[in-house]
Amino acid sequence: MTNHWIDLRNSDCILVMGANPAENHPISFRYVNQAKDNGAKLICVDPRITRTATSADIYAPLRSGTDIAFLGGMIKYILENRLFQEDYVGNYTNAPFIVGEEYGFEDGLFSGYDPDEKHYDKSRWAFETDDQGIPERDPTMQHKRCVLSLLRDHFARYDLKTVSMITGTSQESLMAVYETFTLTGAASKAGTVLYAMGWTQHTTGVQNIRAMSIIQLLLGNMGLAGGGINALRGENNVQGSTDHALLWGNWPGYLKVPRDSDHSLPAYNEKYASKNNDPLSVNWWQHYGKYSVSFLKSMFGAKATSENDFGYAWMPKCKDDRSYAWWQSFKSMYHDGIRGFFAWGMNPAVSCGNVSKIREALTKLDWMVHVNIFATETSDFWKGPNMKPEDIKTEVFSLPACTWVEKEGSITNSGRWMQWRYMGPRPRGQSRSDGHIMMELGSRLKALYAGGGVFPEPIRNLKWDYTTNGEFDPHKVAKEINGYFLEDVTVDGRTYRKGTLVPSFVLLQDDGSTSSGNWLYCASYTEAGNQAARQGQEDAPNKIGNYPEFAWAWPLNRRIIYNRASVDLRGKPINPEKWVVRFEGEEKSGKYTGGQWVGDVIDGGGLPLHHPDGSLNRDGRYPFIMRAHGVGQIFGPGLNDGPLPEHYEPLESPIAKNYMSPQRRNPLMRYSALLDKPATADPRFPIICTTYRLTEHWMTVTQAVPWNREIQPQVFVELSHELAAEKMISNGERVVVESSRGQLECVALVTHRFQLMQIVGKTVHHIGIPWHFGWRRQTSGNDESVNVLVAFAIDPSAEIPEYKAFMVNVHKK
Amino acid sequence: MSNGFFIDVTRCIACKACQIACKQWNNLPAEQTTNVGSYQNPPDFSAVTYKLVRMTESIVDGKFYGLYFPDQCRHCLLPPCLLWAQDSDAIYQDKDTGAVVYTSETQKLKAEDIIGVCPYDVPRRGKDGLLAKCTMCNDRVKRGMEPACVKTCPTDALNFGKLEEMQALASERLEKIKSIYPDAQLLDADDVRVIFLTAFAPQKYHRYAAAFDARPRKTR
Repeated sequence: MTNHWIDLRNSDCILVMGANPAENHPISFRYVNQAKDNGAKLICVDPRITRTATSADIYAPLRSGTDIAFLGGMIKYILENRLFQEDYVGNYTNAPFIVGEEYGFEDGLFSGYDPDEKHYDKSRWAFETDDQGIPERDPTMQHKRCVLSLLRDHFARYDLKTVSMITGTSQESLMAVYETFTLTGAASKAGTVLYAMGWTQHTTGVQNIRAMSIIQLLLGNMGLAGGGINALRGENNVQGSTDHALLWGNWPGYLKVPRDSDHSLPAYNEKYASKNNDPLSVNWWQHYGKYSVSFLKSMFGAKATSENDFGYAWMPKCKDDRSYAWWQSFKSMYHDGIRGFFAWGMNPAVSCGNVSKIREALTKLDWMVHVNIFATETSDFWKGPNMKPEDIKTEVFSLPACTWVEKEGSITNSGRWMQWRYMGPRPRGQSRSDGHIMMELGSRLKALYAGGGVFPEPIRNLKWDYTTNGEFDPHKVAKEINGYFLEDVTVDGRTYRKGTLVPSFVLLQDDGSTSSGNWLYCASYTEAGNQAARQGQEDAPNKIGNYPEFAWAWPLNRRIIYNRASVDLRGKPINPEKWVVRFEGEEKSGKYTGGQWVGDVIDGGGLPLHHPDGSLNRDGRYPFIMRAHGVGQIFGPGLNDGPLPEHYEPLESPIAKNYMSPQRRNPLMRYSALLDKPATADPRFPIICTTYRLTEHWMTVTQAVPWNREIQPQVFVELSHELAAEKMISNGERVVVESSRGQLECVALVTHRFQLMQIVGKTVHHIGIPWHFGWRRQTSGNDESVNVLVAFAIDPSAEIPEYKAFMVNVHKK
Repeated sequence: MSNGFFIDVTRCIACKACQIACKQWNNLPAEQTTNVGSYQNPPDFSAVTYKLVRMTESIVDGKFYGLYFPDQCRHCLLPPCLLWAQDSDAIYQDKDTGAVVYTSETQKLKAEDIIGVCPYDVPRRGKDGLLAKCTMCNDRVKRGMEPACVKTCPTDALNFGKLEEMQALASERLEKIKSIYPDAQLLDADDVRVIFLTAFAPQKYHRYAAAFDARPRKTR
């Protein structure tokens, strides 16, 4: 989230799309209801009338996988009717930037496409720059190659009729959503969007979010109270685990995992540190080297020295052109590339797409270590459906983990709040905390490598001192994540003593004199104590519910990121009613001579961009400090599959043609033909299917909890009355749902929550199935995971699989 | 004066947190259920299910409504069950809180009659012969805590406090919501301690949501 949960109450219009907060994040509705009490509108766009939709002022159905068409229509509507916030767009986004002549878009493809490699040459999308590398701008935004013009050209095709034909949303519903949400383009209004896996789990996943980011920038909603782009995380610490490098390509704090060709630390830092010559751009990633060196100091302690590149050579490198994402790992496992596997707090034998193949991949392992609070379909895969235990060689080790109430530590919620939890009861039986298990694993590996081995340095030199009296100590880890001064360090005349905790990441150094396990979390555990454990109830002077003394938010306890975009050029709040920050300046003859920002922790420091007399302030700062050019990216030349979002059909779709362009699917989409047999416009599979979670369960875990099973005992398919009549299916009876990958037996739930859709003039049925359930606990016969049906196609930027749209058929059992 | 609930179903999202919190606090076992073509489960109250979110779909003027009704004992001001039983060892009203409390002595009562007189069809008899229903978490309330269901409700659909405060809150909320839902109403507000606010006619939510014309009341 750019904002946070409580901040939802400040919104004037809440668009829920690709999410279902009433069911999956019920606590959010406390604040959604508060916003509604204050007159806010709630819009829900979803293929199904969810429990969120039933609370909404406007519900609009759409076909799974057509979000870009839907949002592209809104972009066109905003531009045509000039509903964007002109000052905001002109000053705080790259809308005035001039794009180079080599950029182009034709027949669904951007320029630079290599059809053999299925790859774009992104250099073709570069901005025109001056000799300092600073992009050329047209402040009037009239130039035919300025971003705003290109945006208008690109989305010209997204007219109501075409969008409606593709999405299945009626033109009236489209207009209702467009008109209502774009009212937040007014300076005194803020609109927010809540999204989750309904946007991400598509072969256009990243571009779905990009499309909405463009809208939020056009309407001037980024940085404001009640605005922003808000990803609802499906587990209470997904944000934290992502910050701490859950994903294969990251080091903690969104540093990059080095590639083979990044031969040395200086070369690595040079490659990833962002460069910019515009003095008004904070360009935060210029500090990359300070964070990477401090991280290596945390990894290897005293063993990391400037002579040995701080142990850079001991960190694993990825091959230059290879992905190590989830889907690639299972593909490798399937083809005998991976011999051993830790399934730690995960149940891929239920939760992964095309799950029959995933289970088959598990049979090819030599060993698997399963760490979980319960046995799962993954630990027990060898006795699952279609398995012959006698033929399976995989040795499975199960390590019992304790539950979250039985251990101490932090979680970071969707709003980036790091919150400290105390231990309740002690772990039962032989179960242990994840930290304890990890600590023990590391210690045993160190013992094994003590006598030698292949390339022992990374393990031998690993700093591994996070125990107190032999027990795992989460405070020691939290302090290491924050970071220490390793020598006396003097900055701006102030000396910080060796061995003390670093109070802010602006003090981190690239000479080995500081450590920090994750620069983003530097300031979370300081000499002033564990900031995450704070329980202060006082709100800040702006009274917008930021509660800065409760827990701690990264970065630097900033509660609304990009908050610098919430003020005008002179530092005055765009919306004084719900101001986030404001500049209280000392003024002399029309110029700021000093002053301070009050309210939230300001993004980037410095002074406002303009003096009170309207002249440019050379000590001013652009608002989007993490971007090299300091502005919001309406045109985003960094993504793999294009600088602007474009509608493509999902891997499997009911129509054989993309009505937006001749390019049917995302040209960079990937899937393994061996693992998957797609069925598009295939008469055998005419029904669109999507998957989701229920409020009654959490992931696959609560299957083991009787109270949860009582309220949702088993897998079911929701289908419309019309489809039920066509297939002669009655409510509550057993049916079979089939895709080109497999079959699922389940209960039919006949409902008005799914309605018929008109897609390109043809009537199409849409159905949906929750994915929590597996085969270990049967209620009536052959209950299974819906993921036996789901395709495994991959978004080219985030490499997330497309779980939300695939084609099926359904019949009576 | 004693306690009451105000249950604003227009804020309810059917997350069922109240239903589970009730099971947890009262240490009630899970029932073995199957999905019979509904999100509502268990299908009805039982001797081990005191709180139940009833879920119905309704099409009003062509628009879909998901109607959610977190059903429970109303702790009536003049409880028909108590009046019928005439046995304060089995059913009594707590003087401080107003909770209508069933004891193990309910074993001696004729269960069909007690269930039959309840206008809201709430009490159920367990295998042990005891009658059971919502206790208002009287054990919590007497120690200054809210009932478990109210404590856990994330959306302020469930509210608890002094009865007159709840009555005032209910009236205030009704006034506000009328502009959105002209048919909004408080259910039997003068007779119960658990005041429901519904957006539509109560029968749309559940046959026994309100007392009037639900079914013939037994009289002694």
